[in-house]
Amino acid sequence: MDQGSLQVGTQNVPSPLEPIPSSVVQFAAADKLINLGRVNSFWPLTFGIACCAIEMMATGCARFDMSRFGAEVFRPSPRQADLMIVAGTVTKKMMPGIKVLYDQMPEPKWVMALGNCAISGGPFAFEGQYSIVLGADTFLPVDIYIPGCPPRPEALLQGILDLENKVSGWNRWKDPEKA
Amino acid sequence: MSLTILNAVVAVVAAIAFAAANAAYLVWAERRGAGRIQRRPGPNVNGPLGLLQPPCDGIKLMTKQLMIPGGADKALFMVAPVLAMAPAIMSFVTIPFSETIVAHSMNVGVLMIFAFASLGGMSILLAGWGSRNKYGVMASVRAVSQNISYEVPMLITVITIVMMAGTMNLKELVAAQAGGIWNWNLIPSLSSPLMPVSFLIFFICSLAETNRAPFDLGEAESELVAGFHTEYGSMGFGLFFMGEYANIVIGASLITILFLGGWDCPLGLFPGVWWFLLKIYMLIFSFIWIRWTFPRTTIYGLLNLSWKILIPISLFNLLLTAGLLKVF
Repeated sequence: MDQGSLQVGTQNVPSPLEPIPSSVVQFAAADKLINLGRVNSFWPLTFGIACCAIEMMATGCARFDMSRFGAEVFRPSPRQADLMIVAGTVTKKMMPGIKVLYDQMPEPKWVMALGNCAISGGPFAFEGQYSIVLGADTFLPVDIYIPGCPPRPEALLQGILDLENKVSGWNRWKDPEKA
Repeated sequence: MSLTILNAVVAVVAAIAFAAANAAYLVWAERRGAGRIQRRPGPNVNGPLGLLQPPCDGIKLMTKQLMIPGGADKALFMVAPVLAMAPAIMSFVTIPFSETIVAHSMNVGVLMIFAFASLGGMSILLAGWGSRNKYGVMASVRAVSQNISYEVPMLITVITIVMMAGTMNLKELVAAQAGGIWNWNLIPSLSSPLMPVSFLIFFICSLAETNRAPFDLGEAESELVAGFHTEYGSMGFGLFFMGEYANIVIGASLITILFLGGWDCPLGLFPGVWWFLLKIYMLIFSFIWIRWTFPRTTIYGLLNLSWKILIPISLFNLLLTAGLLKVF
């Protein structure tokens, strides 16, 4: 990812070959149950910082409806939220606020980078720009990247399903390409 | 003796189970109802009809980190959610579901329910104060002023009905309305011509008492982040949520008992618990319907509605009924 002098944020992406560390004491059945509970009720934090937020709202509305997966409960307080959807361009001025919101969320919490701006700065990643943070993962541990400018609501839904898979290893539906 | 204790234990366990089951599944009903009203399906893939959604939410809330913000008053912060749930469960003890299904029939049933209902305002105040959050404090002050100003017209309306039936026992209040829809308190009679108005007042007040939209000033998201439970995550928030829904069930049960003849059939045939459940769930559905179709009022509009409209009308109704009861 050499892009000259630009700092494009992909530092925190874990390699798929890297084994996920497991806890010392394991309760297989309980862990499975808890994970199933968690992945079926991701409550996102109510905040949108740019145009991708419009797509996020569309995902919550009629036609797409993320409430089918129990993820429509947008919580206004970070204390009650599980999932932070960074929906849009992160300016340098906005970054500390987002970081505070992330720190205020109780564990376990997940972060989703929605759109090219939140992944790597998108169209703002050019030489000499002075105001944009190039990627939410330069200051947050991002779990899922959803590309697009802006991504369609289907992409956000797919992102939620992928996050479910990442957290619990459980697929909601069989992959039609593998079956 | 031991049989009495056994009876009491069974009754209390049944009351808690009914309150908890309702609190969990009314959330599901609310989300599905919201979906229907907004032309989307609502939670429908977790289990048949999305019925496994409440257990999933419960597991998630229970396994989430319990966080006490720095500077908060720990004791008050921990007590407030319990105080939100406990009075709601206590009130179920005296609510008669049918002639025989009642945990403990009390002479002062109405009074007891209102005494416990006012503890709900206390829990909101403690939550806002204990969490040391400016939004929490502002929201709890709002919610308490709202609760107090709506308890007045509610109680005046109840006094009217208690005056007519001559008892505060919920079972006897229902018995006074037995025999068909023309005997219910909802229908105006010679001695109480303004009863439909009282019903409307009581309905509006029970919406406001449960802090639900369009009167959810205590948790107005656009102004106060999440209101009095801003600092509550995990199961603390879950308890507030469950307390709200248990209070809705109590509000609907009270309306049913006071105005809609309790377990009585509209035609006077086959009275039983099924009529009571049918009535309270229809009322709860109308609560959900109102919540998702009306915008939030302002705090001034809310208090003006109570002090300038509902209280004068309910006072007038009280005096009129008292006079007419003397005449007829």
